[in-house]
Amino acid sequence: MTWAEIQPLLTTACWETLYMVGWSTVITAAIGLPLGVLLVLTSRGGLLQNVVLNKVIGVVVNITRSLPFIILMVALIPFTRWLVGAAFGLNAAVVMLSVGAIPFFARLVETSIREVDPGLVEAVHAMGGNTRTVVVKALLPESLPSLVSGLTTTVIALVGYSAMAGTISAGGLGNLAWTYGYQRFENKVMIATIVLLIALVTVVQLAGDLTARALARRGARTSGAPGLRLLRAARVAETTETS
Amino acid sequence: MITTTDLRKVYPSRDREITALDGVDLHVREGEVYGVVGQSGAGKSTLIRCVNLLERPTSGTVEVAGQDLTALGGRTDRAGAALRAARSGIGMVFQHFNLLASRTVQGNVELPLEILGISGKERSRKALELLDLVGLADKARAYPAQLSGGQKQRVGIARALAGDPKVLLSDEATSALDPETTRSILQLLRDLNQQLGLTVLLITHEMDVVKAICDSAALMKNGRVVESGTVAELLATPGSELAHELFPVGGEPSGPDRTVIDLTFHGESATEPVISQLARTYNVDVSILGAAMETISGRQIGRMRIELPGPFEDNVVPIGFLREQGIQVEVARTAAARVKETVK
Repeated sequence: MTWAEIQPLLTTACWETLYMVGWSTVITAAIGLPLGVLLVLTSRGGLLQNVVLNKVIGVVVNITRSLPFIILMVALIPFTRWLVGAAFGLNAAVVMLSVGAIPFFARLVETSIREVDPGLVEAVHAMGGNTRTVVVKALLPESLPSLVSGLTTTVIALVGYSAMAGTISAGGLGNLAWTYGYQRFENKVMIATIVLLIALVTVVQLAGDLTARALARRGARTSGAPGLRLLRAARVAETTETS
Repeated sequence: MITTTDLRKVYPSRDREITALDGVDLHVREGEVYGVVGQSGAGKSTLIRCVNLLERPTSGTVEVAGQDLTALGGRTDRAGAALRAARSGIGMVFQHFNLLASRTVQGNVELPLEILGISGKERSRKALELLDLVGLADKARAYPAQLSGGQKQRVGIARALAGDPKVLLSDEATSALDPETTRSILQLLRDLNQQLGLTVLLITHEMDVVKAICDSAALMKNGRVVESGTVAELLATPGSELAHELFPVGGEPSGPDRTVIDLTFHGESATEPVISQLARTYNVDVSILGAAMETISGRQIGRMRIELPGPFEDNVVPIGFLREQGIQVEVARTAAARVKETVK
């Protein structure tokens, strides 16, 4: 295959991947975040302690997380068909990706929120705040940098999952690599896909890291970005040399 | 202003129950600074958390500004609207400040105002006014991480005052601070108490805090208040442990057949030259074994341990003279005397 033939395929596949990852990220965040908060609130000693609900959510989350994604996809076929009317295609893939990523993200959210100092919860209560105030004014804003990091990890996992979703003819870079690279031995396509996936993951990771760092740095005096640290170190070395 | 009646708090534990508060009766008058002291584990923290019902007492009642809080509905964490409203009228400052790292200083002070549903413009006006009051007007845009411990506690205090409370609860507010900063924070609390007529209930393990700003104090041990009253009353109580802790006097008699007495001066007697009068009038040699003199809320209070020659029987008249001068006199149980008693 010539480059001219590959290029339109790559462009389409790229958009398909972005479509799948984009929508499933939105859905995962929208459902996973409240779910994670609920896991914290309903746990023993939590603000809305409800051991039964907590156990039920926990078990569902664990079951979903313990299945390899490829198996989960197959198991989800009836559900997907019921929800979007098809078991294959981009929208079906979005459903499967979301179901796979929600429990993952919910656990990350749970961990992030548990990191918040319980003293802040106490302070908000002492001011006359209710549970909603605690969540909205203290837990979420204080764990935001950590939540952003968690979402970054989730998006990268989704990029990987979306390649697997390619096997159910969902399209995207994974599908392209599978049909051309693997089944037709088009190495050029394979390499181009790999490069694109690496680029995509790198961009997501970088954007996530920068955002998380910018949020965490609010007010912190020290600890710049690694790049800045290196620069600063170089500057220090320079000044010591000249003096 | 704050009254607790037979307050009990029992924490259920795996094999046995832990009693944190064992029938605490506390009475804090309006406009005073009241200190609760005790070692860690004595129940101070639980007590102060029961006052605004962050902890719901197992039994007993808490009344703040004439309102029975224990009667208001809702569990600690799902407190009813009435209890939340009552809480916003009670300020609280914490040992570890508990400021939101994600908000600026001004944002932190605005938080309770947001909870009260006050509009944006009014919020920022009020927050800046409070920051000015605690001396941090220039730090409004800074983040807590950029502040020193003392500055953070000032923000904590400004935040606690946002709801125009009549009562301020202070949970070891100075325990994480150095002595210098501790003094300035205590001074601020005292100023607020006097300027705003704020009633302050503070818990601490530092006697110096009580000495510096408290009008009244209570000593807690094993979930009970073992001593309480105004500082003057405590000093007037023979054998008061708090008085002894606040004004430690020591010193052992120089030989056998001596009478060692502890004197407590307050009010006018503190400024009278009583000891020299005693020596002149009765021609006795008075030696001072130990002494401490302090000014507590503008009043001089002192304790002194002196030694008179001869056994107690010979000194009844001089001791009577001291009592007449309005000095509280206690015959000290020195270590030597205690040893004698055990031998008997």
